[in-house]
Order: sequence, then structure tokens, then C-alpha cells
Amino acid sequence: MPLLDDRVQKQVRTALAALQAPVRLVMFTQGEGGALECAFCGETRQLVEEIAKLSDKIAVDVRDFQGDADLARFYGIDKIPAIVMETAGAPPRDQGIRFYGIPSGYEFSTFIEDLRMVSRGSAGLGAPTQQAVAGITRPVRIQVFVTPT
Amino acid sequence: MLLAHKLALASPHITGDMVEVSEFPHLAAKYRVYGVPRTVINEVIQIEGAVPENALVTELMKVEDEATMARLSAELNA
Repeated sequence: MPLLDDRVQKQVRTALAALQAPVRLVMFTQGEGGALECAFCGETRQLVEEIAKLSDKIAVDVRDFQGDADLARFYGIDKIPAIVMETAGAPPRDQGIRFYGIPSGYEFSTFIEDLRMVSRGSAGLGAPTQQAVAGITRPVRIQVFVTPT
Repeated sequence: MLLAHKLALASPHITGDMVEVSEFPHLAAKYRVYGVPRTVINEVIQIEGAVPENALVTELMKVEDEATMARLSAELNA
């Protein structure tokens, strides 16, 4: 049973038609189907895979949070389900974009818009913001808490 | 949410996390999430509600100011 119905698939396919550079999604899940399964891991993986099918510019790498603990540490992943969205390539380029929990509802639109942004390689921020951000020298973690609406 | 990811893309020092809070109730308690969106920068800068770009950048720049970050941290732990 797909999560995205025909109508949504069509919309997403159109939204992703203009993707230029390839985007890589690294999804961390855990023990699906077993006793350790996290509540939304299976659904999140399915969603990511369904989205990736709608564009040949999106690659998905599904990893196990415990089995691939070194990679999880590399990306600073501390909970699951987690999705890293990065610029594909050899090597891929981590852009610091993370989704914890399933990106549904309003955040589904964010996810699609992020794919376009990462593919474009430009955030489209205003000049004053770009200038300010260039002055950041310390590690910054911005967490935005949302609910599925 | 998009704004945090835009900032992440724009700076190699910034990470932007979307956290679906109903899946992580312990974080809702830890960060006192009573309404969404709630934005938390380096643990101590906490903002309720949607934030326009210029306001978020103003908050963001506080991370470069050690005295302000120390004060915010002390207030939070008071």
C-alpha cells in the first residue's frame, strides 16, 4: 500500500522534474519488523523510497542505526528515524540538513522544497542574511520542533 | 523549518534539525515544547512560534557572543 497516492505522486514528480545535481538521502532505521523497531521507522523508509522513485536524481542509502553506528556518529545522528539530505557525489557533501521523525503534512512540502534547494546548491537567502551567516565560526545546531499537521 | 535548512546549506558550521516532536516526547519535555514550531539554537536560545528570517538571524548571531550565551545558559538552569 503506497503512502503517496497517484495525485500526490504526480505533483511530486512535477516538482522534482527540474532537479539538476543529484541528491543523496541517508536514512537511519533500526531492526524493522523486529522487537527493536522504532514506531515510524518503517513508514519513514517507505516514504523516502517512494519519493526517490519519482526522480532519477535522488539516491537513497538505508542504514541501520546500530549496525552502522560509526556512520551515525559521523553524521551526528542521535535518534531515529533520521534522514540526512546531502549533495550526492564522490564524496557526497553533508549540508547539515536533518529530519528526525517522518516528514509528513506541512513538513512533506519542506522535504520536497529542500530536495530542490540542495540540488540547486543555493539557499536563496537575502544578502544581509548571507553576510551575517558568513560570520558564523562556531558550530551551531538549530533544532526546529514541529508536529504533523 | 525551511529557513533552518536554508541556513544549514548556507554555512558549513550550521546544522538544521527538523524534529517531529510527537515521535520524541522526551525532547518535548526537555525543551518545554508547548507549542510548535519551537526553535532551539545550541540548547540555550529558545524561540516560540514562527520566526521571520531577520529575527532568526539576530538570534543566531548570539552564538558568537560568549557572554550572552553564558547568561542565557544560566537563566535556563536557574
